[in-house]
Amino acid sequence: MGEFWEFVLAPVLIFESWQFGMEVVISGLLAGVMYSLVALGFVLIYKASGMFNFAQGVLVLFAALNLAGFIGLGIPIPLAILLTIGIMILFAVVVEYLILRHLVNQEQIILFMATIGLAFFLSAFGETIWGSDVKKLDIGIPQGRFEPFGIQIQYLELTAGAVAAALVTGLAIFFNKTKIGRALRAVADDHQAALSVGINLRTIWIIVWAVSGIVALVAGTMWGAKSGVQFSLSEIALKALPVLILGGFESIPGAIIGGLIIGLGEKLAEVGWGPYVGGAIEDWFAYILAMVFLVFRPQGLFGEKIIERV
Amino acid sequence: MFYREAGQFYTSYAKDQGIFQLRQDKYGLWGILFIAFIVVPVGLYLMVQGGLMAASTKDYLYNSIFLLLLVNSMAALGLNILTGYCGQISLGTAAFMGVGAFTAFKFSTGLNYRIQHEDDAGELVSQLVPLLPAIDNPILLVLIAGAVTAVVGVIFGLPSLRIKGFYLAVATLAAQFFLVWCFSRVEWLYDYVSSSTIQIPPLKLFGLVVTGSETVMRDGQQVTIYPAAETKYLICLSLVVFFAFVAKNLVRGRIGRAWMAIRDMDIAAQLIGIRPLATKLLAFAVSSFFCGMAGAMSLIFYLGALEGAEAFNINESFSVLFMVIIGGLGSITGSFLGAAFITLIPIFLVVVLPWLGGQFGIPVDAAMVEHIQFMVFGSLIIIFLIMEPLGLARLWQIGKERLRQWPFPY
Repeated sequence: MGEFWEFVLAPVLIFESWQFGMEVVISGLLAGVMYSLVALGFVLIYKASGMFNFAQGVLVLFAALNLAGFIGLGIPIPLAILLTIGIMILFAVVVEYLILRHLVNQEQIILFMATIGLAFFLSAFGETIWGSDVKKLDIGIPQGRFEPFGIQIQYLELTAGAVAAALVTGLAIFFNKTKIGRALRAVADDHQAALSVGINLRTIWIIVWAVSGIVALVAGTMWGAKSGVQFSLSEIALKALPVLILGGFESIPGAIIGGLIIGLGEKLAEVGWGPYVGGAIEDWFAYILAMVFLVFRPQGLFGEKIIERV
Repeated sequence: MFYREAGQFYTSYAKDQGIFQLRQDKYGLWGILFIAFIVVPVGLYLMVQGGLMAASTKDYLYNSIFLLLLVNSMAALGLNILTGYCGQISLGTAAFMGVGAFTAFKFSTGLNYRIQHEDDAGELVSQLVPLLPAIDNPILLVLIAGAVTAVVGVIFGLPSLRIKGFYLAVATLAAQFFLVWCFSRVEWLYDYVSSSTIQIPPLKLFGLVVTGSETVMRDGQQVTIYPAAETKYLICLSLVVFFAFVAKNLVRGRIGRAWMAIRDMDIAAQLIGIRPLATKLLAFAVSSFFCGMAGAMSLIFYLGALEGAEAFNINESFSVLFMVIIGGLGSITGSFLGAAFITLIPIFLVVVLPWLGGQFGIPVDAAMVEHIQFMVFGSLIIIFLIMEPLGLARLWQIGKERLRQWPFPY
C-alpha cells in the first residue's frame, strides 16, 4: 500500500488493533454525547422562540461555576444542585424580563447578537463572583475505568451516556405528554396561533430558558467532572454548533445523532490523520465535516425541509 | 435651518444620482476629511511643540487609538458589504483578516520556503530560500494581501449557494477555526520560527520609514530613524478613505443593487435575472478583499508583530460583527460609527473604571477591570439592540431629520 493510501485510509487503519479501534470509537461516541448535551439546550430555545442562543455555551459554564462554587463553600451536594437549579430558573426569569420581552418581533440576527452580548456579560459575571481559577467539580461520579474484552472504558463517559439517555427520555415525555410540553410545541409551530388559543408566550419563554438552563447544568456537570470548571468550557461548547447544523436546529433526535457523528468523526480523524498534519485537527474538523455535509443536505439531518416561495 | 434642501435642485440626471444629495453633506464630508488629514496631525504636532501634550501621549493616540480605529473601520466596511448588503452572515472575519496579515508577511519576506539537506557531518541544515524578491512597499503589500484573501474568501463562500442564514453562519465558523489552526500549525506561513510569531520587516514608502528603523549617516554621525506615527496614520487614513469611496460606489451601482436583491429575497432576485452564484461569490470576494486589507494594515501599521492564533481568534470576528450591527447593517457611514463605538468603549472603560473605583475607595485590579469591561460591553450591546436595532446609522438619520427643522420647528 502506497503512502498516499496509508494517509487517506488512516482513520480506518487504526482498527488493525481492534481493541484500540473500539476504544477510539467509544470515547468518540461518548464525547459526542457530551456535545449533544450542550446542543440540546440550543434546540429547546430555538424551537420555542426562533432564537439562535449563542449564550448556551456560556450558560453551561455559568451553571457549572455555580455548582462548583456552592460545593466549594461546603454546601452538601444535593442542596448545591437545588440551589443551582434555583439560580438557573431565576436567570430565566431575569432574561425574559430584561431582554426577551423587549426584543419580540425583531429580526433573527438581532436576537442572535443580543445573545452574544448576554454571553459576554454572563461569562464575566460568573468569573467575577466565583473567580477565574480552574475548579474541580466532584459530585460523586466514580472515577477510573473498567475493561470488558480488553477495551478500556471510563466510568465517567458511561455515566454521561446514561445521563444523556435519561435526559432525552425525560424531555421527550415532558414535550409529548404534559400540558406545558404541548404548549411549548404549539409555540414552536406558530407564535401567533399559540397566542390566540390562550398560551402565555412569556411564561413559555421562561419555562424554556429554565429548562435549557437545567440542561446546561447537566452538561456543565459532566464537562466539569471530566476536565474541571474553567473558562475554556464555553469554547468547548462552541462544538455544539456543528452538531446543531448537522442534526438540524429544530430536532432533539438530531442533536443526539449529530453529536454522535461529530464526536466519532473527529476522534477518528484526530487519531488517524492528526499525526500526519501536526495534530489538534479536532479544533476544526467538526466544522468542516458539518459544512461539507450541509452542502448536500442544507437543512441538516432532521431539520424541517426548507420550502422557499417568492 | 442650516440643514435643509430648500433651494437645491437636481437639474441633471448626474446630479440626481450624486453621492451627496445635499450641499451640506458634501461640505460636511470635506470638513471631516480636512480635520482627519490636516487638523489632527498638524494640531497634535503643534500641541507637542507648544508643550501642551507629551510626545508619548501623541504616539499613544496614534498607535493605540487612531490606527486601531482605521483597521477596524476597514474590517467593518468589508463585513458590512457581505452581511449588510448581501445578507450573508459571516463569523469568519477575523480569519480572513489573518489571511491578509500572513499574506503581507510572506510577500514582505519574499515567500520564503525551507530546504533541508544533510551537510558533510550528517547534520540537518535548514535554509530559507526566497521565491520572489521581497516587496517593501506597504501599500502594494496591503493590496496583494487583499487580493489573496479575496481568493480564500471565494473558496469559503462557495457553500453559501446551498446554505442559508444561521446554517451559513456556523459554516463560516469552519473558515474561522480551520484558518486559525493553519496560522499556528503550517510552518511555512510563519517562516518556521518556533513561536509562530510573524514580524514585519522594515518597509519604506517614498523614502519614508514606515516600519522597523533605519540607520543613516548624517553630518558624520550615525542616526537611527524611527517611523513617525503620523506616517502610518496618514497612509492608513488614505487607504481607508479611498476604499470607503470604492465601497460606496460599488453598493449604489448595479452590483450593489444585485447584492441587495439577493439579500432581500434570493429566489425573487434569481427570477429577475440576477445570478446568485456570481453575485454571492462577488460579495464574498469584495468583502474578503477589504478584510484582508484590514488584516495586513493591522500587521504592518498597528501591531508590527503578532501571533496569528492569538490576534485573529473568534472574539475578533464577533467584535467586527458587533461593529456592523451596532453601526447599522447596510450603511457605509454606519461601518465607521460602529467601528468607532466598539473600538473606543473598551479603551474608555479601561481608563474610567480604575478612576471610578478610586473615587469610591474600591480597589480595581486588572482582572476586575477586564471582567467589568466585558459585563458593561455585553450589557451595552443588549441595551443598544433593544433601543435601536437599526444601529447608529439610523440614529444619525433621525438626527439629520431633526436638524432640518432645528431650531425653528415650523
